[in-house]
Amino acid sequence: MNLDKPNKLKIGLAVAVAIILVRLFVIQIIDERYKIDASNNSMVYSIIYPPRGIIDDRNGKILVGNKIAYDLLVTPKEVEAFDTLALCNALQVPEDFIRDKMDEYHRNRRRIGYQSVVMLKQMTPEQYMRFAEIAYKFPGFRGQARSIREYPYNAGGNLLGYVSEVDANFLKTHEGYSAGDYAGKTGIEATCEEYLKGEKGYNIYLRNSHNKIESRYKDGEMDKEAIPGRNITTTIDAELQHYGQMLMQNKVGSLVAIEPSTGEILTLVSSPGIDVDMLADIGSHYNEILANPYKPMFNRAVQSAYPPGSVFKLVNGLIGLQEGVFTPDTEYPCHEGYRFGKNKLGCHAHRSPIDFEESIMMSCNAYFCYVLRGILENEKYGSVAEALDVWNEYVKSFGFGRKLGSDFPSELGGFIPDSEYYDKVYGKGRWKATNVISLSIGQGEIGCTPLHLANLCATVANRGYYYIPHLIKDSPEVTIDSKYKEKQYTMVDTAYFPEVIEGMYRAVNSGYGSGGTATIAAVEGLEICGKTGTAQNPRGDDNSVFICFAPKDNPQIAVAAYIENGSFGARWAAPLASLLVEKYLTGEIGENRKALEKRILEGNLMDKVKTD
Amino acid sequence: MESFRGRGLKETLDWPLIICYLLLVFIGWINIYASVQSAEPASIFDFATRSGKQFVWMATAFALAVVILFVISPQVYESFSLPIYLATIVLLVAVIFLGVEVKGSRSWFEFGPVRFQPAEISKISTSLMLATVMSQYGYKIGNARNFILTAAIILLPMAIIVAQSETGSALVYVGFIFMLYREGLSGWLLFMIGVAILLFILTLTLSPYYSILVLAAIVTLCDSAFPGKMKKWFLGVLPALAVLAALPWGQERLVAITHAPGDSFLAELKLEYILAGMCLCAIPYMAVKAFRERSRFLWLSIAAFLAGILLVFSVDFIFHDVLQDHQRKRIEVLLGLKDDPSGVGYNVNQSMIAIGSGGFLGKGFLKGTQTTYGFVPEQSTDFIFCTIGEEWGFAGSAFVILLYAFLIWRIMHDAEKSRENFTRIYGYCVASCIFMHLFINIGMTIGIMPVIGIPLPFVSYGGSSLWAFTVMLFIFIALVRHERRYFG
Repeated sequence: MNLDKPNKLKIGLAVAVAIILVRLFVIQIIDERYKIDASNNSMVYSIIYPPRGIIDDRNGKILVGNKIAYDLLVTPKEVEAFDTLALCNALQVPEDFIRDKMDEYHRNRRRIGYQSVVMLKQMTPEQYMRFAEIAYKFPGFRGQARSIREYPYNAGGNLLGYVSEVDANFLKTHEGYSAGDYAGKTGIEATCEEYLKGEKGYNIYLRNSHNKIESRYKDGEMDKEAIPGRNITTTIDAELQHYGQMLMQNKVGSLVAIEPSTGEILTLVSSPGIDVDMLADIGSHYNEILANPYKPMFNRAVQSAYPPGSVFKLVNGLIGLQEGVFTPDTEYPCHEGYRFGKNKLGCHAHRSPIDFEESIMMSCNAYFCYVLRGILENEKYGSVAEALDVWNEYVKSFGFGRKLGSDFPSELGGFIPDSEYYDKVYGKGRWKATNVISLSIGQGEIGCTPLHLANLCATVANRGYYYIPHLIKDSPEVTIDSKYKEKQYTMVDTAYFPEVIEGMYRAVNSGYGSGGTATIAAVEGLEICGKTGTAQNPRGDDNSVFICFAPKDNPQIAVAAYIENGSFGARWAAPLASLLVEKYLTGEIGENRKALEKRILEGNLMDKVKTD
Repeated sequence: MESFRGRGLKETLDWPLIICYLLLVFIGWINIYASVQSAEPASIFDFATRSGKQFVWMATAFALAVVILFVISPQVYESFSLPIYLATIVLLVAVIFLGVEVKGSRSWFEFGPVRFQPAEISKISTSLMLATVMSQYGYKIGNARNFILTAAIILLPMAIIVAQSETGSALVYVGFIFMLYREGLSGWLLFMIGVAILLFILTLTLSPYYSILVLAAIVTLCDSAFPGKMKKWFLGVLPALAVLAALPWGQERLVAITHAPGDSFLAELKLEYILAGMCLCAIPYMAVKAFRERSRFLWLSIAAFLAGILLVFSVDFIFHDVLQDHQRKRIEVLLGLKDDPSGVGYNVNQSMIAIGSGGFLGKGFLKGTQTTYGFVPEQSTDFIFCTIGEEWGFAGSAFVILLYAFLIWRIMHDAEKSRENFTRIYGYCVASCIFMHLFINIGMTIGIMPVIGIPLPFVSYGGSSLWAFTVMLFIFIALVRHERRYFG
């Protein structure tokens, strides 16, 4: 035979076929590993479910643990005639329940085949004990242990998320799961699913031709142990989170606390939220949660965009200083507002004129109208539009108007307007600084989440930089992304921050009657620095906003409180945030502030919130 | 009538090929029935079951075959190959946006109960396009323009299919290289692809060091064998390579004897870099030699060697950053790098147990336990061969494989006998596609290929696949028939 190309290809074909045949010969005839038994036995896999990883708080307290529950499995093909009543008594279920189930299995017998199906999920230990005593009377029925979630603290229901059985849709989009498995669906349980789930194992048994389990296959040589899920350490402080939830009960809004020196989220409350008791048994509460008009599943702290109100004056002030349109000593007049043309942007009564520090302390609206106009009408730039885009860049460098990159997958970016936006609204070139003047006091077309505000507070506390806020901490078992360890500087020089902090300090600590807007938040010895905000809410009363950090030097906690329809910042948000700070720094609430704590804990704003 | 228009059906149709096809389809059908068999048997014609549905697909596929043989004029294919090819490309792109998502890839159109995969048709249209282009007068594969055009025809649908995340289906197109080889592509290219795969596997399983060593051995062996200086290679190069092969062991011993700490220079020393460095130093010497001897072969071997080293050092990157997670896992399991009997390994392990438990004669029709108890996934589609292996044993599976071998051989045989370049090239395309499907699919069930979800031609459950392969094969049979009617 001559070796031309067609013949070479035919030889190649012969070689490939020979490889397959030899391999088949090996596994079908020579290698004993793939034989089970001459007598048509087959293997039964008994799945061992791994315990899910535990979720700790920052101090090693367990937020989510595991406990054992039993499922009742049935292999319909193995079931013989049995005493239905005895089984019902042991399991304490109505007779119809078992009868219906058995009918259902009979209808689906072709699909089920020799597989086992779950008849009863998560039996109580008592149910299981009663069943186990008489299990021998019920061939085809068996209990299977499975670990389910347990929550020692009522803290962070929304953050933790829930675990539930995977459905057909989930199976389609995720590899490595099979029906009957559980997986994290929301919150940390979902984002850290990779770490938490662990790996299933199995024991292999041999079944004879009568479908009876006979023995271990190869004495368990081929069995696989389950690998427990990895533990996750969160940045949450369980005690503080719980206290925050108490403060926020019967109010709608968010409370976020960050450790400025690391960006770690100490507390993140979205109210109303989900109780951990509901998480453990999500199936029976699911419809109730969905029907709740206040949408407890919705994490307002990262998913709601609100106007920030006066706390945003800090940002405008810093930008103005950096751009050199005024200095901290510049004084502007305010006669209960800022007049432009026939219009007026109102302000409350305070002395006039005032300098920069006082403007923050007293939260003067007029002062920041002058500042924003200075920024937008800066001759450095060709037009107001161009200046607005520069302003937009500055604001974004504080994290506003974009996703911060935290480990909340559902985090919202919010909105900061630019010239393109106003060109669309008013027409190109048909608007000027006075049209957008409400941006100066954090009103108008600005949307930001409470997380953005907490991050602003941390940035000021750090004098000019922040760490991306995050929820998962480095631990021996899990390493977090290095981006969480990098300082993020704003475009404003760090030298301008001390002035702002001084203003915030005076807003809280100037004493009653001084004009400081947040004197209610003062706690002796803690040196809280804060800024109030009152954001207009078109659906009812204003929103009450407050950001603060403490102590003034070397700050350990930065808090943002956003209470929907809570009217003035000083009314609800400021006391609430200051209580959280006090709790964190001193561990308890001082005697002289007990009355304030009582007012907050008992306060109920739910009726003011419109739902539809 | 027939006698006027040429020769009769008996002489013109390639009956062995058709019988072989019918046998495979029939074997597929009864095994689909067996694979979804439960304790209470349904009729094989029960339309609620897969076997009943497959019967419908079979009947329609036969009708298609008849249409192709007797209604459509075979000249059509050559003249319409370009519009057919372009239409397929449009479908392939459209499916990414309009198709339904099945197991993470968007490659299926859905019309009510019927689903079909444009990638199946594109094998046919690409083959027709290739046959048309390559049978043009004056086409030479060595001509750069011609070669680039040919490569583009193959790579375009392949790239789109990869974009649908159907990497497995795209892999089939690699098989066209066999056809290209037949049509004049240098055998060295095939050889180099083989070496590249070998290096990839060696780097992953052993170490980059040995991989470079093997590369050096192969290249020097070729360099010596080409001018016929084998003796020099055995006496000079082979001992040197043997010494180098023992070097990592020597390093390990040295570290153990001197009790050097794990982070010391000696222990950290990366031998593969040293070896690669040494080789690179030798290259200028080889280059001078190549220049003096004016040896094109030597130049090419230097280039191949450099490419090989580049490959070895990028294996890590390709493996961890280019491949997707599940693809990496499948390769790891195949190479035995990771044991994963519950995930990817579970499928392969179960599939091998099912086949292995068949023994020589198998457990008998409908007596298989592994497959009917539902241990083997996708048992009527991608893993249909398990049922054959379990119920019909080595004898049955060898029979099926030999049927395929005969089918492919017969296609090649007919293709060679054809006077038309178009028929020959198309025939080789068909043979290549069937071969790739056969080798990848069966290789996966017996653990010599990674898990790649592509069907076994004619046998796996599914209308889309059965229709496509039937059309593909019968176009070839029709082309052959057309020719035989008028020529001997």
